[in-house]
Amino acid sequence: MSTIVYITSSNGLGKSAFEAVTYAKKLGSDVTVVTTGSSDSTTLAMLGEWGASKVLVDRSVNSDDTQQITRIIATAVEQTGADTVVFSHDLIAKSIAPRLSVRLKAGLVSGATSLPTNDGGFTCSVNVFSGKAFGNVNVKTAKKIISLLPNSIQPEAIGSACAVEEFNGGAGETRMKVLSTKKPEGEIPLTEAERVVSAGRGLKAPENWGIVEDLAKELGAATACSRPVADIGWRPHHEHVGQTGFAIRPNLYIAAGISGAIQHLAGVNGSKVIVAINTDAEAPFFKAADYGVLGDVFEVLPRLTEALKKFHATNN
Amino acid sequence: MKILVCISKSPDTTSKIAFTDSSTKFDENGVQYIVNPYDEWYALVRALELKETIGGNVTIITVGTAADDSVIRKALAIGADDAVRIDADATDAYFTASQIASYAKANGFDLILTGKETINYNGSQVAGMIAEELDLPFVSLATKLDISGTKLTLEKEIVGGVQVVEVELPVVISCAKGMAEQRIPNMRGIMAARTKPLTIIAPIEVTPLTAFVSYTMPAPKTACKMIDPNNMDELVALLHNEAKVI
Repeated sequence: MSTIVYITSSNGLGKSAFEAVTYAKKLGSDVTVVTTGSSDSTTLAMLGEWGASKVLVDRSVNSDDTQQITRIIATAVEQTGADTVVFSHDLIAKSIAPRLSVRLKAGLVSGATSLPTNDGGFTCSVNVFSGKAFGNVNVKTAKKIISLLPNSIQPEAIGSACAVEEFNGGAGETRMKVLSTKKPEGEIPLTEAERVVSAGRGLKAPENWGIVEDLAKELGAATACSRPVADIGWRPHHEHVGQTGFAIRPNLYIAAGISGAIQHLAGVNGSKVIVAINTDAEAPFFKAADYGVLGDVFEVLPRLTEALKKFHATNN
Repeated sequence: MKILVCISKSPDTTSKIAFTDSSTKFDENGVQYIVNPYDEWYALVRALELKETIGGNVTIITVGTAADDSVIRKALAIGADDAVRIDADATDAYFTASQIASYAKANGFDLILTGKETINYNGSQVAGMIAEELDLPFVSLATKLDISGTKLTLEKEIVGGVQVVEVELPVVISCAKGMAEQRIPNMRGIMAARTKPLTIIAPIEVTPLTAFVSYTMPAPKTACKMIDPNNMDELVALLHNEAKVI
């Protein structure tokens, strides 16, 4: 049995890459990583620590052109005789895995939250109804594609650096031209963050976000926001979590001044632990949260930041 | 310009989610179906805006049974010119995408738009599959679309930011928030929708690659533990000792 993991490495390697390799290794197979992008070989060799036996890097593609990357992965599948392809279920995987599914006639599990069971041959659990239920997807084909939801499995370091080989996957022509890329430097990407501090209209004005950022900094967390706050332009759209924004599932989600409408919860209900801070005792978030603080965010957030500082000072 | 907009039905966002037949089927009892919001608000409305500025025709397509005709009429009321329903249960994404691709291939479209995902299965699969079937470029999660001749300029979401890309027609695009604003159908649109052409087509033979075999509900949340707002040390201690997340 042999598995291919596709990883995009243009921005270095994140936790989601290690999760995908760990997952593939746990399928009980030999793991080959296929990657495009600009990461150097030393960085890529590290994937061996998580269980990869080899990394194939095709440096001819630097964008996320779905046609080119699909061709590269298909070539690698053919050459290695792999029967399974694993992605981390990020924005790139969402655009490539479906193409690959058609090309290989391989059933796709989109957003798997678990390892497959033998139930009916090969069955994986995914989130459905925007996180309100789980569906068990049976893959009927010999070849399988699994796109793994980030934060569903703990990465396990089990080996040492592996071989990195330059690879020509026959990317072919691109029909998509990248004109520009806007990406704030040095911030933790929201979908990768293990901790997220999120705030909503309860913050009253964009200039009040300092207390949110202070807490996020002390926690090593990413910042997020609710839809109304993104819509009125207080915060950038790439921070918006919820039904129409990003769906995230960090270990810790702190929601300050967000009521917790069903559309917001749909984007965060996969979080392991939720803390809700609100002045309204009737806020629906208190029904979805593990810990609740009924109080004024302008007092509670700075107090929480101070308490964390004290905690970090005594625990480091 | 010929635009094809793929729509799916989905339960109203406030629907109660439950399952029947030993948890193998979604319980449709009392569920109100709507046009999947991403398909309607972003893909369909942007298609109509394009038609209004540069002319053309907007066809909507869905794979479904006669029960879905009311959802199709709603999309027609918003302004699509005509509709196609492939008469079959949409069993999996591959089955659905193959049906739509087959129709699109036979009828030739310049632009194929979908929403970014449905709010019931959240698979985000159909658009990419159609693109592969038709060997077309695919730009996913586009938040802005401008057209000049046969050239499209798109803004799309990438991890932690935004990218601007350029593609030539024909192309498949999945649409996310930002693409357009929701439109409420007016009475004239609703009246006109009744007589707009709805073509029903027999499905081609396709074997699905996957199947949902059962569903489970998440374990109920334990009651929220309320913390004294003056005692954040307690919250920190709980997050450390009990929840073990810091």
